[in-house]
Amino acid sequence: MDNIAGTKSSLKWAVHLSVAVLVALWLFPTVGLFVSSFRTTDQIATSGWWKALFPSEQTETYRTAPPSDQVQMGDLYVLEGQLFDAGSDAVVSTYGISSRAVGAFAAGEPAELRNGGTVTVNTDGSYRMESAQPFEGSRGQRLFVKAKFPPEFTLQNYATVLFSGDSTDSLAKAFFNTLTVTIPATIIPIVVAAFAAYALAWMDFPGRALLIAAVVGLLVVPLQLALIPLLKLHLSVGIGKGYLGVWMAHTGFGLPLAIYLLRNYMVGLPRDIIENARVDGATEFQIFVKIILPLSFPALASFAIFQFLWTWNDLLVALVFLIDATGETTVMTKQIVELLGTRGGNWEILATAAFVSISVPLVVFFAMQKYLVRGLLAGSVK
Amino acid sequence: MHPALLGLVTIVVGVGACVGYFYFSNIILDKFLFPPSGPNAGRNINRANIVRPWLFLLPALLALGLYLAYPVVETIRLSLTDRDQGGAFVGLDNYIQMASEPKFWEAMQNNMLWLFVVPAMSTAFGLLAAQLTDRIKWGNIAKSLIFMPMAISFVGAAVIWKLVYDARPPGTEQIGILNAIYVFFSGAEPQQWLTVPFWNNFFLMIVLVWIQTGFAMVILSAALRGIPEETIEAAIVDGANPLQVFFKIKVPQIMGTIVVVWTTITIVVLKVFDIVFAMTNGQWQTQVLANYMYDKLFRSSDWGVGSAAAMVIMLLVTPILVWNVYNARKEMR
Repeated sequence: MDNIAGTKSSLKWAVHLSVAVLVALWLFPTVGLFVSSFRTTDQIATSGWWKALFPSEQTETYRTAPPSDQVQMGDLYVLEGQLFDAGSDAVVSTYGISSRAVGAFAAGEPAELRNGGTVTVNTDGSYRMESAQPFEGSRGQRLFVKAKFPPEFTLQNYATVLFSGDSTDSLAKAFFNTLTVTIPATIIPIVVAAFAAYALAWMDFPGRALLIAAVVGLLVVPLQLALIPLLKLHLSVGIGKGYLGVWMAHTGFGLPLAIYLLRNYMVGLPRDIIENARVDGATEFQIFVKIILPLSFPALASFAIFQFLWTWNDLLVALVFLIDATGETTVMTKQIVELLGTRGGNWEILATAAFVSISVPLVVFFAMQKYLVRGLLAGSVK
Repeated sequence: MHPALLGLVTIVVGVGACVGYFYFSNIILDKFLFPPSGPNAGRNINRANIVRPWLFLLPALLALGLYLAYPVVETIRLSLTDRDQGGAFVGLDNYIQMASEPKFWEAMQNNMLWLFVVPAMSTAFGLLAAQLTDRIKWGNIAKSLIFMPMAISFVGAAVIWKLVYDARPPGTEQIGILNAIYVFFSGAEPQQWLTVPFWNNFFLMIVLVWIQTGFAMVILSAALRGIPEETIEAAIVDGANPLQVFFKIKVPQIMGTIVVVWTTITIVVLKVFDIVFAMTNGQWQTQVLANYMYDKLFRSSDWGVGSAAAMVIMLLVTPILVWNVYNARKEMR
């Protein structure tokens, strides 16, 4: 509309700015999760993710080497070592020898030990303990070190979440379970709905208008209504809780939208093609498979994306129809809710798990956005 | 069997069974029952054409009937019976019991708040985003970024926003952005946002607004583009300023679409479950109907009251259902 006189606003920059602010606001929370998933436990706990690129100040607890490593130099017993891992650029600011006075001494300044002798921690993390008497005991001296750690990024969280095999943290099984739920629950309703939509769009029979109205009505029936009756039904016919039940439930719940979208699309296909095919002696099944299906690809894709996103992201249906007491068939959404309970403070695990679970829908979203938008428009604008 | 393999087998069997059903039922119809040849060819073709629609519709009708229509009826029945008394008819007892529970009224109150705030804010932000992004070159990129939360699960969104709302003890560095900003500007102690009664509802609602704005934007943007340019040109020639053009020319012309967006989001709001379940589980006075119902069903195993709660949700949806059916029928004529 830029060519209309007067619409070229002098406030163009304000538009750019407000859109930028809006986008930033909308993007910010997700970016936070993404950045957090690459940070170490300590870094997440001590600085906000927006500071991930800057050094962060943390207080860490270390132990010196055990007394067995001490060497005698003249009349002094000396224990030397390095607190940080090799290659670390951390800079010590203060340190302490008791948990009550964590920052009692500046780096480089010697601290009196309780059992005699001194310890000195330098800025680079090297330390030296000296005493006239030999150090005793089996464990080293505890040191509380406050240091500036350089920014650090790691793939460790992803390794934990994806490959560790840890029963609470590992998402690998849940990932496959989710996939197992999602793919049949996406494909089967498409097949069922496509045939029904064709009948509703291109075949004449009594009661057709009523059926279409019923489908429109069922579009908004809340899922909540179906939970108890269907669970009862599944338990009584022996399906119980399991994949079969959840596939059937997703198929049933997805059908109204599928039929509605596909019928609306198929009705718009040119009548000539179908009538010509009929005249040429094609059977209805042939017309459907060879003409209607290929032409309806955009609508099929739209619905497939909807159903995929919905089944992948679903929690309620899986909770009710799939996940039994053993938890063998848990899905990612359920496991993340559990992690929220058990690992509420461990953001590195939570963020990574959540990011793993949303990454697949995001890829689908960006790859097939065109169809998603088309489906949305067909599904709601009348 | 490995779950992945099991899934693969199911796809093959499930899809195979569906396609097989359609294929073979058509063959049986055309080749054996009513073959379009022989002395009764004409009559057979007509008969086949009467049967065929139902053949095509049968699986869908069965699934719809069993998974959506039957539960509506069954839920009404269950809401009038008591499971503990062996399913005896108890009239409206479940509803009376529900109405006597403060948690139910808390859920109702919160749901009303959700119903008012979320559709309004999503539609408003969506309209704003649609109007602004339509006028700039990088609008499409901006749109897809605002639209992106649509793909994120409610549970994923709950984690994302819990990180935003995270609170650390006073005096330590805040890792939740909201508290970091709050402490930085006010100097006060960090807040556990999700435990502050009444206002925590809004912190939950923001999550849904964040998700639904993209939806509103996409649809409203298409509607804005559909406005005939002459009307806008005429208004500008008559000396309308940009705000007047927007509110007096554009908005009235897309009112129908705004209503559709509003009602669609309203339905999502009525069913909202995951966000509350994952973030507060209804504690700190954030209960909503769907979560209340889940509580009744699977924690207290009270199917009667649970069904009654489901019926309340259904009742709230019904006006929109009737409106949609009415519109669809009007359109078909």
